[in-house]
Amino acid sequence: MTAAVFIGCSFIAFGPALALCVCTIAAEPLRLLFLIAGGFFWLVSLLLSSLVWFIAVQIGGSNNASVKKNLLIFGVMVSVLLQEVFRFAYYKLLKKANKGLMTISQEETLPISVRQLSYVSGLGFGIMSGVFSLVNILTDSLGPGTVGIYGDSPQYFLSSAFMTLAIVLLHIFWGIVFFDACEKKKWWALALVILSHLLVSGVTFQNPQYEGSLVPSYIIMMLMATWAFFTAGGSLRNLKLCLMCRDKDFLLANQRPR
Amino acid sequence: MCLKRKDLFCVAIIGFHRAVPMTELSAHLPQFQHGQLTENFPDNHLSNTNDNSERRRHDNSERRRNDNPESETNGQPQNRAQQVVEQDEEDEELTLKYGAKHVIMLFAPVTLCMVVVVATIKSVSFYTRKDGQLIYTPFTEDTDTVGQRALNSILNAAIMISVIIVMTILLVVLYKYRCYKVIHGWLIISSLLLLFFFSFIYLGEVFKTYNVAMDYITLALMIWNFGVVGMICIHWKGPLRLQQAYLIMISALMALVFIKYLPEWTAWLILAVISVYDLVAVLCPKGPLRMLVETAQERNETLFPALIYSSTMIWLVNMAEEDPEAQRKASKSSTYDKQAAANQIQNEDADMDDGGFNPEWEQQRNSRIGPLESTPESRAAVQALPSNSQASEDPEERGVKLGLGDFIFYSVLVGKASATASGDWNTTLACFVAILIGLCLTLLLLAIFKKALPALPISITFGLVFYFATDNLVQPFMDQLAFHQFYI
Repeated sequence: MTAAVFIGCSFIAFGPALALCVCTIAAEPLRLLFLIAGGFFWLVSLLLSSLVWFIAVQIGGSNNASVKKNLLIFGVMVSVLLQEVFRFAYYKLLKKANKGLMTISQEETLPISVRQLSYVSGLGFGIMSGVFSLVNILTDSLGPGTVGIYGDSPQYFLSSAFMTLAIVLLHIFWGIVFFDACEKKKWWALALVILSHLLVSGVTFQNPQYEGSLVPSYIIMMLMATWAFFTAGGSLRNLKLCLMCRDKDFLLANQRPR
Repeated sequence: MCLKRKDLFCVAIIGFHRAVPMTELSAHLPQFQHGQLTENFPDNHLSNTNDNSERRRHDNSERRRNDNPESETNGQPQNRAQQVVEQDEEDEELTLKYGAKHVIMLFAPVTLCMVVVVATIKSVSFYTRKDGQLIYTPFTEDTDTVGQRALNSILNAAIMISVIIVMTILLVVLYKYRCYKVIHGWLIISSLLLLFFFSFIYLGEVFKTYNVAMDYITLALMIWNFGVVGMICIHWKGPLRLQQAYLIMISALMALVFIKYLPEWTAWLILAVISVYDLVAVLCPKGPLRMLVETAQERNETLFPALIYSSTMIWLVNMAEEDPEAQRKASKSSTYDKQAAANQIQNEDADMDDGGFNPEWEQQRNSRIGPLESTPESRAAVQALPSNSQASEDPEERGVKLGLGDFIFYSVLVGKASATASGDWNTTLACFVAILIGLCLTLLLLAIFKKALPALPISITFGLVFYFATDNLVQPFMDQLAFHQFYI
């Protein structure tokens, strides 16, 4: 409950996202714009899902704790589905925009490819999701208090930070796989993405037994990471070349002026 | 330091016009006309949302027309078959890359202003403490019933808006009858107030918050330096970044004053009504702002840099030339020429140094290109040539402008959200993202319609919707989720 916890947790949760932004997004204004727009779409989906939950609670009406918890679970499921719907809507919007750009400009290549867009939109969704989940908790961690004084887990902040990190990264991977599935009409992949999102949200219902929630989430994250890597065109050979600094495309790309 | 009633009065009267949201978005895009690069000098896209008429007058006095259609900056489809000309298509590609860059060039200062305001609100409790109200909002909101409170806030908003309308009309009248000195004087007084008085209060409160001991002598020196450099940068010339920083600071200071002295419901109502007013004032044929824009367009006049935030040194082109009035005088009067010649001879006698241009060199030059002599007239003529200086200016260096009133009202919205929301940071962030997206959409519409559009309505509408929705719907949901540690 000090600045150390605050700084530690915020960097655990947002460090990778920040690094990704600084290295890949900050230099290109177009990407930054799409990032913020992605965040906006996620926000709208959250608004609608909160509305649904609010109405359900008003209708449900009782003060019973278990009823409230069930309504919350219902709210979470609706929210996940709405997020994916809005991801699809964002995809459609970006496709239309790209089509418009193509008809107008003389050039063959688009200023930003669908793959980059999938990454940027995933990052936008992830950052907004992470920020909304964690920022109030982080401000509480700056102030005085004792964690878990009433018998709750004392690792509240740390586990929240790690879970948020998982969600942020997962959104990036989901974005990449989702857009690729939409492009190639692989509906099974789409369904799998939605299912994995539901699954990750579902395992969080096991909190505060963090072994039951954090471990599966990270496993799913690793699996999604490899899937997204191969979807985005990576391969073991590419990886080896990149790590040994012998990847000519990468080296050439870095020499090109921005 | 607590402000007395009379202080509030002075503050309100003089400082108020600063808060007029003058939104003027002008993207300086190069126009390819007849194969020659010309500057869109006198046409400004005006997106006025608010009005502190004086400010607007000044800001609106220059209108820039975007003839280059800007393609989607945030992904909206554009299937217009109009641009068939090859040059235009090249511009499309150019403008898209630039469009995103310009949007980001506006995002950065707006974000910075909002960050300053939110940081101040969160740390300095002075700005969230109720210390009375402005005279423009005389009805109190501490009433017994909700109905009474609603009525009072409606009355407050009505009074404020009528004051604004009156001032706008006054400004249009002043501008039409060319009373520039009055407008100038008013601007200077308000800048003085903001840069010295308001920043003194701000600094005092910051020192109180952090318990920093400070003597009056050091404080006086600091405020004096800050104020004088600010006046110079804003009203005359200075490094671009410094000017931008000062404009952001004064917008933040004005926004903080509004956040402090406007009661809650009144503030939201005023924001809503001002967006509507701006929409009406800019788009209706008889709207004051539209009339102002048209008058300024007829006269081909420049903007006062004091009221507009510009992202690049647009006036660099003017800097290369001499003062136009002096130029005209120089070319017209012959006595000036003689005097200059006399001065030249005197200088030569004094120095006895020809700077390397010895008589042989001059003979060679004369034989090659004929006898030439640089006179003030010829220099003025060269400098008066518009195309050279503009052609050399890199299109990438063109910038965008935004009125300071927009900064102020955006910051008021986000600041009020962070001060009074129960959702706290969630609400603040939601409003922030909503305002940025609104700004982006406004720029996009500007590119599509290519005429003066108000910039406040979209952003403020999004901001208000997101504020109320997040505060009432999202916050309880996220709160419950955080309590159970569920993740969506």
